[in-house]
Amino acid sequence: MSTLAAAFRASVPVLFGYVPLGMAFGILFQDLGYAWYYAPLMGLTVYAGAAQFMAVGLLAAQASLVEVAISTFILNSRHMFFGVSLLGRYRARGLKKLYLIFGLTDETYSLITSTHPPDGHDEQNYYLALTALNQGYWVAGCALGALFGAGVEFDTRGMDFALTALFMVLMLEQWKKLREPYPFAIALLCGLAALWLFREQMLLVSIGLSIALLLLRTRTRQVAS
Amino acid sequence: MSATNYLLLVCLVMTVATFITRLIPFVAFREKGDHPLLLYLGRYMPPAIMTLLVLYSLKSLDLTQAPYGVNELLALLLTTPLHLWRGNALLSIFSGTLFYMAAIQLGWFV
Repeated sequence: MSTLAAAFRASVPVLFGYVPLGMAFGILFQDLGYAWYYAPLMGLTVYAGAAQFMAVGLLAAQASLVEVAISTFILNSRHMFFGVSLLGRYRARGLKKLYLIFGLTDETYSLITSTHPPDGHDEQNYYLALTALNQGYWVAGCALGALFGAGVEFDTRGMDFALTALFMVLMLEQWKKLREPYPFAIALLCGLAALWLFREQMLLVSIGLSIALLLLRTRTRQVAS
Repeated sequence: MSATNYLLLVCLVMTVATFITRLIPFVAFREKGDHPLLLYLGRYMPPAIMTLLVLYSLKSLDLTQAPYGVNELLALLLTTPLHLWRGNALLSIFSGTLFYMAAIQLGWFV
């Protein structure tokens, strides 16, 4: 199996999640009255699901560019935490590395940290293929939604549950690999607390809190030994 | 400013702002990738983040209103044991997703 085929196989669930979500964005975007091709253009350049949905509201309200910059930065600031755990993994250089960083969505991060290329295949090429395939699905979804809008016959309601199921399966894969309850337990606690208290910024708060508790654990371990 | 120019500027600003959030750690910790604390986080953050993404993807669920998240719960109760049993990611994900789509489109638990 080629590296690309392996990456495709691993990323099929993202295909089923990104196409209906991208379409939902395209349909909303189309209501703003711009030409359809600006929807896939945003998928190609901005490439951030939640931020693009927010953009529809900002564009409709004619928000200032400063407001756009700040709200995008805050909404996506959780991505800062992703890179921290990828420093050792991304060994590609130059443009390849920049593209890997540019394309680092929640789903791409999940596949890169939880799946492996087949034996003998280059990891960096596998990561690149995953990143590019995922972005391809997203751009295709944005285009389909903006082009055909609500005229699509096939009922995609519930299809994006593929992403929830994907995260669940990848969490189980992490469990099989690690077999230590600590990171799962603190994430569950931090996640539930953040859902309850900070629903809008749930991921940012809960990832930050989880990292703090993970680091605290190394400290107490060092002191104990 | 024309509507199209405004859209293109918004697009540019969002592209740069998003890219910066993704780039920061790679610049801030350049040459420090083998620091023990970062290696430790590289090992323990993915399981924590996977757990959080499961919760996050369910954040718009309202457990106080019918159908009380029963569609999501049953779909995950199908996916999880199936995955622990067969270990086939695609099989587990598609079974759960197809079940979920059927359940909400046909209104099994409304």
